[in-house]
Amino acid sequence: MMRITDIFRFVRNAAGGYRVRTALMLLAMAIGVASVVILTSLGEGARVYVNNEFASLGTNLLIVLPGRNETSGGPPMMVTGTSRDITTGDAMALLRHSSVRRVAPLTVGVAPVSWGGRTRECTIGGSTPDMLSIRNWKLAQGGFPAPDDPDRASPVAVIGAKIRRELFGSHSAVGEWLKIGDRRFRVTGILASEGRSMGFDVEELVLVPVASAQALFNTPSLFRVMVEAKSRDVIERARADVVSTFKLRHQGEEDVTVITQDAVLATFDKILRALTFTVGGIAAISLGVAGILIMNVMLVAVSQRTSEIGLLKALGASRRRILALFLTEAAMLSCVGGLLGLMLGYAGNQAVIWLYPAFPVTAPWWAVAAALGIALSAGLIFGAMPAWRAAKLDPVMALARR
Amino acid sequence: MIRLDSVSRVFQVGDQEVPALDSVNLAVGRGEYVSIMGPSGSGKSTLLNIIGLLDRPSSGRYFLEDRDITALTDEEEAETRRNRIGFVFQFFHLVPRMTAAQNVELPMMLGGVPPKIRAERVAAALDAMGLSDRADHRPGQLSGGQRQRVAIARATIMQPAVLLADEPTGNLDRASGAEVVHVIERLVDRGITLVVVTHDPELGGRARRRIRMVDGRVVEDSASNTASYSPTGP
Repeated sequence: MMRITDIFRFVRNAAGGYRVRTALMLLAMAIGVASVVILTSLGEGARVYVNNEFASLGTNLLIVLPGRNETSGGPPMMVTGTSRDITTGDAMALLRHSSVRRVAPLTVGVAPVSWGGRTRECTIGGSTPDMLSIRNWKLAQGGFPAPDDPDRASPVAVIGAKIRRELFGSHSAVGEWLKIGDRRFRVTGILASEGRSMGFDVEELVLVPVASAQALFNTPSLFRVMVEAKSRDVIERARADVVSTFKLRHQGEEDVTVITQDAVLATFDKILRALTFTVGGIAAISLGVAGILIMNVMLVAVSQRTSEIGLLKALGASRRRILALFLTEAAMLSCVGGLLGLMLGYAGNQAVIWLYPAFPVTAPWWAVAAALGIALSAGLIFGAMPAWRAAKLDPVMALARR
Repeated sequence: MIRLDSVSRVFQVGDQEVPALDSVNLAVGRGEYVSIMGPSGSGKSTLLNIIGLLDRPSSGRYFLEDRDITALTDEEEAETRRNRIGFVFQFFHLVPRMTAAQNVELPMMLGGVPPKIRAERVAAALDAMGLSDRADHRPGQLSGGQRQRVAIARATIMQPAVLLADEPTGNLDRASGAEVVHVIERLVDRGITLVVVTHDPELGGRARRRIRMVDGRVVEDSASNTASYSPTGP
């Protein structure tokens, strides 16, 4: 029986004897594996990215939207149907429930903001100071001294870092008066530009008291109500409480939609995971192509080495031995190619990280395992036919060729 | 040692059957030095291939060292080739990417001989062939005569009972041919059974026993007792 170490030595020697063919095969395998690694990493990165975005939305969050969401399976943010407005009173009534810790009403509109001759269109959000805690927004400077009573307007504004830069330049902003629409507000704080938060670019937001925003846009209604549940365990109870409160206040009509962060997150998670599988599957096709290349190259190898195979038989190699030698060669080449591909893939990931530091790129372990597994099995499956052909060669005919 | 009982070999070429061997009876004893000569297509190479287990008879039986070879499995056949038979070819058939030493080592590697023993035996075999200083050369760096001596070292490294040579000098100049013949005949002196197939009357004439073949039959055998040999039946 041939020794394992001898088998490997022989195969390595054989592979090394045909450099170009070996290099091509390794390259094909490496590209296949690398594309699986990189593409699934990107897909997984997108999933993690969205997860992080949701986490920055705040914890135990429920979002109340006006209107009943009738379409099932559609994007949860798009709500169909007309309904009664949500008012600040509705929002504040939610605080009565023991399941609710904080509530922040939100009105949103776009208005020109100007200071010292400079004007810029900005998204204006009207809310209460609780908004900052609910959504994990930090102030880089100053504060948001909106009145405790959400129905009282007050000319104070907190602005995003980008707006501060564009309107004030190097000038200090806190304490200055700026104009939003036709009203004057005093800048009391600057929002910390800690990343972005689903739907809002904190850097380009102006936050004012909710009653001021309602006056500014001349509407009593709210765009959203942000509700923070006491804990993760009571999110479902909080949702029921919210729905029953609105039903009570809207004459028995259930005309709001409550989105829990968990549900949205689960949906996105599912979609993006499917996306990762899809791109991974597409990349796996390239592994199949690499497998066919292996078959081709191994077939060439068998005909190139016909007389060597004849010789091995004359020297006492059985059919099984020849089969094993060629299969080992195919398997070893695809393993080495797979490992090169892993390195290439990780290098590609590093390049993506270097280009887009904010994007979390990680190769999922299952994709790495699957890529290597497919590489190895492609090598074996597509190496089997050439190996079998080698094993079956008639030694007399094989030796007749020089 | 070698016994063929009315061995025939028929090749299928298209839908025609071409007989290469026609009821050949042959017995070769241990340590004999036999040459097989004959014109091209006389079946002498086919006979050698059957004796060397590279080919199987279409009919008849073949006994090597009293074992019925026709009944062996592929694995047993390979083992017999490895341990009992050595081949020397006209075109050497050295593996070009391996050094002389690696080529000689090949049968022992296939046989799973421990590396330490292999190294000793390879060194001794190359030394006996006067090729110690060529151990790390690849075939491309060796002369024809040197290549054939490497091939002989490889053929004999497992200490086979039978050495089969198919035109061993056919591809060599006179001087290296003579050298190779000398090496082979030295092996006969040590008791190996040698069967040489050749066109070359000078080489064929050196054998103690000379067989002539024509059209797949043995027509002349210098050992007349074997020419009249008839099978005693199974």
